[in-house]
Amino acid sequence: MNGANDVATIRAEEGRSLSIDLSPRKRSSRLGDWVFGNIARTLAFAVLLVMAAIIASLVWGAWPAIQRFGIGFLWSNDWNPPAQKFGALVPIYGTLVTSAVALVIAVPVSFGIAIFLTELSPVWLRRSLGTAIELLAGIPSIVYGMWGLLVFAPILSGYVQPFLTSTLGGIPVLGRLFHGPPLGIGLLSAGIILAIMIIPFIASVMRDVFEITPPLLKESAYALGATTWEVVWHVVLPYTKIGAIGGIVLGLGRALGETMAVTFVIGNNNFVDTVSLYAPSNSITSALANEFAEAESQLYTSSLIELGLILFFVSLLVLSASKLLLLRLKRSEGQGT
Amino acid sequence: MDLRRQRKIVNGAALGLSLVAMVFGLFWLCWILLTVLQLGVSGLSLGLFTMMTPAPQSAGGLANAIVGSLITVGLATLIGTPVGIMAGVYLGEYGHNTWLGNVTRFINDILLSAPSIIIGLFVYAVYVAPKGSFSGLAGVFALAILVIPVVIRTTENMLLLVPSTLREAAFALGAPRWKVITRVTLRASGAGILTGVLLAIARISGETAPLLFTALSNQFWSLDLSGPMATLPVTIFKFAMSPYKDWQELAWAGVLLITLGVLALDILARLLVKNEVK
Amino acid sequence: MIPFTNALRQEQQTGPDAPPARQPITHLTMKRFNFYYGGFQALKNINLDVYKSCVTAFIGPSGCGKSTLLRAINRMYDLYPNQRAEGEVLLDGMNVLDPHADIIDLRARVGMVFQKPTPFPMSIYENIAFGVRLHERLTRAQMDDRVEWALHKAALWDEAKDKLTQSGMSLSGGQQQRLCIARGIAVRPEILLLDEPTSALDPISTAKIEELIHDLKQEFTIVIVTHNMQQAARVSDYTAYMYLGELIEFGDTDNLFIKPQNKQTEDYITGRFG
Repeated sequence: MNGANDVATIRAEEGRSLSIDLSPRKRSSRLGDWVFGNIARTLAFAVLLVMAAIIASLVWGAWPAIQRFGIGFLWSNDWNPPAQKFGALVPIYGTLVTSAVALVIAVPVSFGIAIFLTELSPVWLRRSLGTAIELLAGIPSIVYGMWGLLVFAPILSGYVQPFLTSTLGGIPVLGRLFHGPPLGIGLLSAGIILAIMIIPFIASVMRDVFEITPPLLKESAYALGATTWEVVWHVVLPYTKIGAIGGIVLGLGRALGETMAVTFVIGNNNFVDTVSLYAPSNSITSALANEFAEAESQLYTSSLIELGLILFFVSLLVLSASKLLLLRLKRSEGQGT
Repeated sequence: MDLRRQRKIVNGAALGLSLVAMVFGLFWLCWILLTVLQLGVSGLSLGLFTMMTPAPQSAGGLANAIVGSLITVGLATLIGTPVGIMAGVYLGEYGHNTWLGNVTRFINDILLSAPSIIIGLFVYAVYVAPKGSFSGLAGVFALAILVIPVVIRTTENMLLLVPSTLREAAFALGAPRWKVITRVTLRASGAGILTGVLLAIARISGETAPLLFTALSNQFWSLDLSGPMATLPVTIFKFAMSPYKDWQELAWAGVLLITLGVLALDILARLLVKNEVK
Repeated sequence: MIPFTNALRQEQQTGPDAPPARQPITHLTMKRFNFYYGGFQALKNINLDVYKSCVTAFIGPSGCGKSTLLRAINRMYDLYPNQRAEGEVLLDGMNVLDPHADIIDLRARVGMVFQKPTPFPMSIYENIAFGVRLHERLTRAQMDDRVEWALHKAALWDEAKDKLTQSGMSLSGGQQQRLCIARGIAVRPEILLLDEPTSALDPISTAKIEELIHDLKQEFTIVIVTHNMQQAARVSDYTAYMYLGELIEFGDTDNLFIKPQNKQTEDYITGRFG
């Protein structure tokens, strides 16, 4: 004890004699630390402020509409700007249906791509194919939208929709989804374009989570004589289930909030009286994109902002869920072995 | 049926379907890229870069839209990058297990994939509506808000890759923390952070939705940030939705420019990371 | 597709080096076996016999190729495109390396347990039933019997019988490894490959596994890779000492440890090297 104190005293004395030249530098470095650390902390905090400000500004902007229409806004299908009547049912329906169509197509395809990339592809091809899929994710959505409207929609209405009507249209109940005039634009085309857009997202998340399956675990299944498919289905998928679902939910988040890919091809129609997927409709994002800049009255603007608020709220829920699922996978991976 | 035979058939069918899925995914990529290339190249000309956006059914180019995009994207990157890096430094160097760090990380990841049109609405509500006019600057703010989460995420990821021994070695020399961070850890992760910035630029270059009611659009040449400003994506949107043939042609040329630009940035970013890993 | 059915039991040739007594029956023979990782030759001209109902241990310093040799027996290397084997590995006279050989069938006959416990993400019961279902169609009752039998064999029944529906991950490390052994033997293979099965376990679990190996060799031919010489001496009947991809010495475990023929082997087992 005593000895240590002595050493400390000597050090302190040495420090004192040296501190004459060092103190200005030391003070400046301490000040530098304080300033730097606080700038970083403030800007990190600013991220939270932005989030809070987004919510606050949307609620503030939507307030006139919330007051006027109350909770009934959510299920009124009357969207009539000249009459100053606004209801969110059609845009909400359009958003949900297009996202659902997108998931129905994108999930199995992404699963297949992820299996191909992790288990089947020759090694020399794996890299470049994976990169191609990721590049597909980077293409701006306006490209998908424009391509959808000018190239894909005519093909859809000319060949695909009549074909679907004559085949799937015959199925009881479900067949009604595929009846109606084949316009090429509408819920189905928006859903398909969305699917093409989110496939790369879901596929790359699934590939990443499949890859964390420990090689030993897969080898153990192979060592029992399992086929590649059996290893994927009984071992890899159960092991990475949570992460794979997280990837799907992330894709859903993208689909719900996507604007351009949908706006071009959904048809921008606020009156929907059929269950057909061929019907032109509107989604929350396409309503905002098409109508916001031209909205005259305050109530119109406010109703559109309320649509945005609904979308943001749903996206928050969906994205938080996906984030939590992916975090849980990471944590269980840490404990697993 | 023989169990082994049945298993082999199921296996073959499943793997065959996965191959089909892969081909299906690539099929769209190729189709879209080929269309864009084919229809875009025919619209490429010198006039595209020198002439203003035209009235319907007259000759013109995209010069004002291209310049407008360069300005808004450039300014948004200049604003967003330092903010993103500093906030990322907080997450990577200070806030490992703090309340602020964990909450910010979570919120930032949500902002990263939040619908971009909402960011447009937000800027409209807090900036455009009070000022009473659409403006290029509003577009810059909207894009900057989109840059920040991307830069934060990559900065933090890259800082976490810096070996702690390097950090300790710098501290052991008696360097203050801010110097260790700016001179050692940030420098060590420089290429990675640059990658993040490139990816962020790639992302905002094609963003249309947040500009629709911030920068709006402008048919004429304008460098005035306080007034509506033409940008490439919004112009493409307007022209592609129109019934006019020559507008659609310009839109294809514009889409080609954006696609090539974004792909080039993405590939450049990948090459940077690859070199860094080596 | 060539099934591995006709059992050509070879009597072991007696020679000066052959272990006496017992007259062991050859179960697996490696002839002129070479193995490559891409351009690198990891195993050079290995010739070796594995005897039925005996424990054969592969020992040697790390990187000597002992695990590689083990993984060739059930063609685990097939999973990795740049790995390649040459020569012959005869299982009851049938060449395992034949490209037309049915790997699924081979792996049903040759089970494997790995360095670390690898319970599948499913219940204890399902962990064991999984492999059995791949190869046989059993009724519920037959499957129950098989699971119980395998757990008994792996000395895990008493500890696991009340929690068969719980996740395999809920067991302790040593129990997990015995679950993996149970999973391997539930398929009723002829040969059981153990790749450093105790390297991730504590001494008590290790002792249990070693005891288990001793019991299991009544019914199964066992090949074990271990980095622990004492373990090889304790559990095995035959030992192969490998160094830098070559088989330096192979013989009766007692002989090899007491009076090694080769200087290198002697240096290794006396601890002068390795």
